[in-house]
Amino acid sequence: MTIDNAPRTATQVNDFSVKLANVNGTGSASANSLLMQAIFRMGIPVSGKNLFPSNIQGLPTWYEIRVNKSGYTARALDYDLMVAMNSQTYAEDINDVRHGGYVLYDSSWPLDPELLREDVTFLGVPLARMCLDHFNAPRERILMKNVAYAGVVVALIGIDIDLVANLVSETFARNEKLGASNQMALRLGYDYAKENFDCPLGFHVEPMDATKGSILIDGNTAIALGCLYAGATVSGWYPITPATAVMDNFSRLCARYRREAVPGPTPDSEVTYKNNYLILQAEDEIAAIGMVLGASWSGARSFTSTSGPGISLMSELLGFAYYTEIPAVIIDVQRTGPSTGMPTRTQQADLLLCAYASHGDTKHLLLFPANPAECFEFAVASFDLAERFQTPVFLLSDLDIGMNDWVVPELTWDDNFVPDRGRVLDDSDLAGMAEFFRYANADEDFVTARTLPGSDSKGAYFIRGSGHDKYGHYTESPVQYKEVVDRLKAKHAAAAQHIPAPIVERRPGAKVGVITLGSCDLAVREALDILAEAGVAVDYMRVRGFPFVADVRGFVEEHEYCFVVEENRDAQLRSLITMETGAPIEKMLPILAYGGFPLSAKQVIDGIVTELENKR
Amino acid sequence: MTSITKPLIPLAPLAKNDLGLTIRDYEGAMSTLCAGCGHDSVTAAIVYSFWELSTPPHMIAKLSGIGCSSKTPTYFVRGAHGFNSAHGRMVTIATGANAANRELTYIGISGDGDSLSIGLGHLAHAIRRNVKMVYVIENNGVYGLTKGQLSASADIGTRAKRGEPNEIAPIDPIMLGLAMGATFLARSFSGDKEQLVPILKAAVAHNGLALIDVISPCVTFNDHEGSTKSYRFMREHEVKEVQTDFVPLRTEIHGRIPSDGTTEITMHDGSVVRFGSVPEGYDPSDRQKVEEYIRDRHSRGEIVTGLLYVDESAKDVHELNHTPAEGLNKVPYSKLCPGAAELASMQASFR
Repeated sequence: MTIDNAPRTATQVNDFSVKLANVNGTGSASANSLLMQAIFRMGIPVSGKNLFPSNIQGLPTWYEIRVNKSGYTARALDYDLMVAMNSQTYAEDINDVRHGGYVLYDSSWPLDPELLREDVTFLGVPLARMCLDHFNAPRERILMKNVAYAGVVVALIGIDIDLVANLVSETFARNEKLGASNQMALRLGYDYAKENFDCPLGFHVEPMDATKGSILIDGNTAIALGCLYAGATVSGWYPITPATAVMDNFSRLCARYRREAVPGPTPDSEVTYKNNYLILQAEDEIAAIGMVLGASWSGARSFTSTSGPGISLMSELLGFAYYTEIPAVIIDVQRTGPSTGMPTRTQQADLLLCAYASHGDTKHLLLFPANPAECFEFAVASFDLAERFQTPVFLLSDLDIGMNDWVVPELTWDDNFVPDRGRVLDDSDLAGMAEFFRYANADEDFVTARTLPGSDSKGAYFIRGSGHDKYGHYTESPVQYKEVVDRLKAKHAAAAQHIPAPIVERRPGAKVGVITLGSCDLAVREALDILAEAGVAVDYMRVRGFPFVADVRGFVEEHEYCFVVEENRDAQLRSLITMETGAPIEKMLPILAYGGFPLSAKQVIDGIVTELENKR
Repeated sequence: MTSITKPLIPLAPLAKNDLGLTIRDYEGAMSTLCAGCGHDSVTAAIVYSFWELSTPPHMIAKLSGIGCSSKTPTYFVRGAHGFNSAHGRMVTIATGANAANRELTYIGISGDGDSLSIGLGHLAHAIRRNVKMVYVIENNGVYGLTKGQLSASADIGTRAKRGEPNEIAPIDPIMLGLAMGATFLARSFSGDKEQLVPILKAAVAHNGLALIDVISPCVTFNDHEGSTKSYRFMREHEVKEVQTDFVPLRTEIHGRIPSDGTTEITMHDGSVVRFGSVPEGYDPSDRQKVEEYIRDRHSRGEIVTGLLYVDESAKDVHELNHTPAEGLNKVPYSKLCPGAAELASMQASFR
């Protein structure tokens, strides 16, 4: 069986990809996202994937722009145009271009003839020389080269130059001089391309109306927004790639929306302000989660943001929170492990770590957002779940979602939203009670009522990570100990019904299925559409949280077998499904992408097709 | 002492504080520590201090980590809200709790293992943040619950019950505090309630983290010849030159504090700490002089006790962050959520 997943024609309108190869720390990132943003503003579905090193300056970095009129914006693996701006990686970059594609390079220096390919068109632009001629400051000469190549690309792929010029004006509204330099560099590149090349190329953009009502947003910003809207007031955190921007954005948003002006005593006196939030940069992730537990115990909505190494450090207190039933929201923007791993590369390899974080019998609630829109929605939901079930909730994003800009429908908010603060007794509730016991009188979800510090002494109790009975008292009795931990197990299971349900899409006649999660979503959907066109019907299920509802096992059982697509080496989602639902592991075939780059449809198709052929 | 069962009906009527509560209302469960444990004396001093201060029990949050000392919050103020956390992490919990609700009085009980080994990093950073709380280290130089290993505060030359003398340098929480910018540092001895009670009361009034290192001998594992954290050693080497008294705010309202040339420091809430006797040239607000003095006495084998250093001018974590006067947990949701219209308008910049 052969599946052609990239049909190419002479003209590919709004269906191509560009890869830009740069040296990090030279200012290329803003030029690259300028191109992506311009295409978005032309109404065309687009994605930008930043494939960057864990480094500040001098190492290779890439940016991939995929334009697709049908909305398939997962990572593409063949490139129509390579913007080769890094001589260190010329060889591999030129090799990456598809047959019949183009390479844009800086012709200020000659290209080594050994690098030339017969089947590729080389477009040389003397970018460095142009910038040398037009700009004086050394730093500006380097920076403006990026904007100049962006100008070339604008001409080559037919982006509306006025629209780009407007974007530049918006960006540099407060710095006229820098704005003028950028405009000049943009025109230098654009005019050169117009004069010297046959613009636009066969693959190019034409205006559409497909991004109306959509926004460009990264997952870390969306999570920060969700935490703001959920009413989080206290956070504890420790800087870590790729999660740092969650707290940076939360801090920025709080400074804007949570700061109240306090007028001075007289009209002339200075206006001070008060902050309805407190962000604590901790000494380590252990302290960060400790702060979250302290604040949550006290009735504030509180969260931390981290990545895998941080979860490892937090584990002891996460088990503490599970056993003592303290709400906590933990944002894990996953990166490539194990150990330090590859901090600027993506993976979904913290599933099992988070599901069972800590020693002893411990189970947590997990949410798997697939894109920034779900990051916002699930961030809000995670606070409700944490307080409803009085337990840690993990929001498992990843670097691809967190640090790349995605096109998603505009975020909406219901002003009637009332946060679910869970079962909390206040003094009037306590007054009506004969006695209060922390872990007694469970509701239908096996949740018991808590009190907050500061409430009447009748509601005072002692939180302890040591063995306790349902009254909250210390115990070493097997019966009393088991009564509490058995309820915790039932409570965890009950939460399944309150977690976002799996998304299921069925195709007529499908005998096999795919189960996936998180950011694999787009690539898997694209793969299944391509397979369907080739006559291979495959059903789709995307799980959106843990514990799993019964439908997950049902989906496995109703198919001959299922592919489980995930971004880790050990098929962690498959293990989790088997362990927690009893679904037969032999019916689940792993398709694993764990090299650190976002998944592409090609990897999914290759995995499925290989297996289908083996089964014949 | 809380470790002794009391008669149900007191022989004489018990005195009441301003809230009409007796000392019994500030006690907790029966102690399960060894008879004679220094920690029980500290517990008794805490009970007495809160009773005298008339702190409403439900407005006290008592926290601890893991270890013998960390068991003690069960033994005082049963009407307070308790949190027995993980080993070494007490102050991280207290920091978060204080961040969410600054209206409570926070008291953390820790030990030398909890604070000077596994939790040393957290202690250092909590000092830097100046979280408003009373932080008591019940320091006995030894791990009791795991049966007698030396801790990081064991002095050079000190011996475990059956072991070689310690040869590695001890960590002194007072010296650590001076280096980390602590704003309230005191050392006392569990056997000296007279001294400990005013220090505890001043610590409650302090606007920041009040660190109290209480030498509290372990009768089972470290109260023998060769131990520098024994009752005998402390009785022979304690130097009580820095004598303090605490004058609560309400006393000041009734009458002026007699001025007899002693050093006074007015606390954030208006109460006063009076240094009854300090050595010549000693200034409890001069970090450098305090350090020199302690080092000098230490080199002569003496342990200085008392309220050693106070800086009441520093900002606490809330002042540094401009948070409201009431707890953040009381800010209504309507003030926290910017709403649908704002979400729509801010997204104009996401295009």
